Amino acid sequence: MALAERIMAGEIRAAARLMRDVDDGFSSALEELKILYPYTGNAWIIGITGPPGAGKSTLTDQITAAFRAQGKRVGIVAIDPTSPFTGGAILGDRIRMNRHADDEGVFIRSLATRGALGGISRSTGDVVNIMDAMGMDIVIIETVGVGQDEIDIVRMAHTTVVVMVPGLGDDIQAIKAGILEIADVFVVNKADRDGADRTARELSMMLDMGKRKDGEWLPKVMKTEAARGVGIDDLVAEFDLHKTWLLDTGVINRFLAEKNSTVFADMLKERLFAEVHGRLVQSGELGTIVEGMGTRAVDPYSAVEKVLSGISLVEQPQSR
Amino acid sequence: MAERKLRILVGKPGLDGHDRGAKVVARAFRDAGLEVIYTGLHQTPEQIVSAAIQEDVDCIGLSILSGAHNTLLPRVCDLLKEKKADDITVFCGGVIPEDDIPGLKLAGLKEVFTPGTSTEDIVAWVKANVGC
Repeated sequence: MALAERIMAGEIRAAARLMRDVDDGFSSALEELKILYPYTGNAWIIGITGPPGAGKSTLTDQITAAFRAQGKRVGIVAIDPTSPFTGGAILGDRIRMNRHADDEGVFIRSLATRGALGGISRSTGDVVNIMDAMGMDIVIIETVGVGQDEIDIVRMAHTTVVVMVPGLGDDIQAIKAGILEIADVFVVNKADRDGADRTARELSMMLDMGKRKDGEWLPKVMKTEAARGVGIDDLVAEFDLHKTWLLDTGVINRFLAEKNSTVFADMLKERLFAEVHGRLVQSGELGTIVEGMGTRAVDPYSAVEKVLSGISLVEQPQSR
Repeated sequence: MAERKLRILVGKPGLDGHDRGAKVVARAFRDAGLEVIYTGLHQTPEQIVSAAIQEDVDCIGLSILSGAHNTLLPRVCDLLKEKKADDITVFCGGVIPEDDIPGLKLAGLKEVFTPGTSTEDIVAWVKANVGC
């Protein structure tokens, strides 16, 4: 039986294996994903992002517990960085979530970035789709610890949470572009620490400075102490408010259209590149181009144009 | 053609609180290019097996210093069998008396590393014995 059918029948190992096939780039995975796609689109996807050590994993653990108390099934995709030197990775987010390990209503998958720079791995969208097809009501994506501009999560998640902690910088940091623009909800975690109120105030001020149109979503700044479970109920209630707002205003349709368009464009880019580049390697044209660039006989601009117009450089040497 | 990336779970079953060894070994696997799912301290066999299945790992490396190895480690192997996941290789390291090793191997532990083993040896063993 195909993996997809076994996944629909609730087989955990099949789901885990397909996630691996996806991550490892097996072409067979595409066939399975095609079968599963019609069964996706039901899970509410929550993205949790923020700097390393802000408490994203602990927060994810607490949010999961809150959703479980509501009887919802939760999938978690937890992403940690791959070493650019060895290709290895320590995926340690599970440490904070171990109490859910033997709960059948929770499925946790750790992914390594494998060179992707946007805060999530290339496989994240597909892994989320698999969890969605498994029937998870909520899928939480925990990004790698991010800095200022790794914001791929915002296209992926219905609700994006940016987790900050006290003491990371002054109010100028708060008006910079990037990660602070993507939040639907801000969390100031470790709120028992000195400076938490100040951090929360600075974020609120930053939000007040922006011009907002009528009916636009105004992100709230929430304070939590994830390690002790303080502020979690309010946070989960805020997720519900955001979801209701997205659905009631119809903004969800715009979000989904943008998301689907991004998903398609990314996939097209990846496949087109792999296809064209692969052919150039196989035919030896790539070598000719690179060599030509070395002696300045070929310029990369014309070479790309020729490739795109389907003219082989080997057959028709450049005449310019 | 796409290649499998080796994935390994490193964890500590039971109640001992010394994770230095597990961390050193996890780091060695990372440096050898593996993806290491590090689950940390105080794991029950149920948690370990469930995590290993969700993460689709090739093998499980357990560090144990408490003396409870004869109880906890065979339990991990039994649970894997129960869940039809005994294709996942299990090995362990820690303070384990020589006399206990044959019993552990009989229970399903593929290898037992005792104090003094170099990380290079452990990594080499995994690369030679665990594949997909």
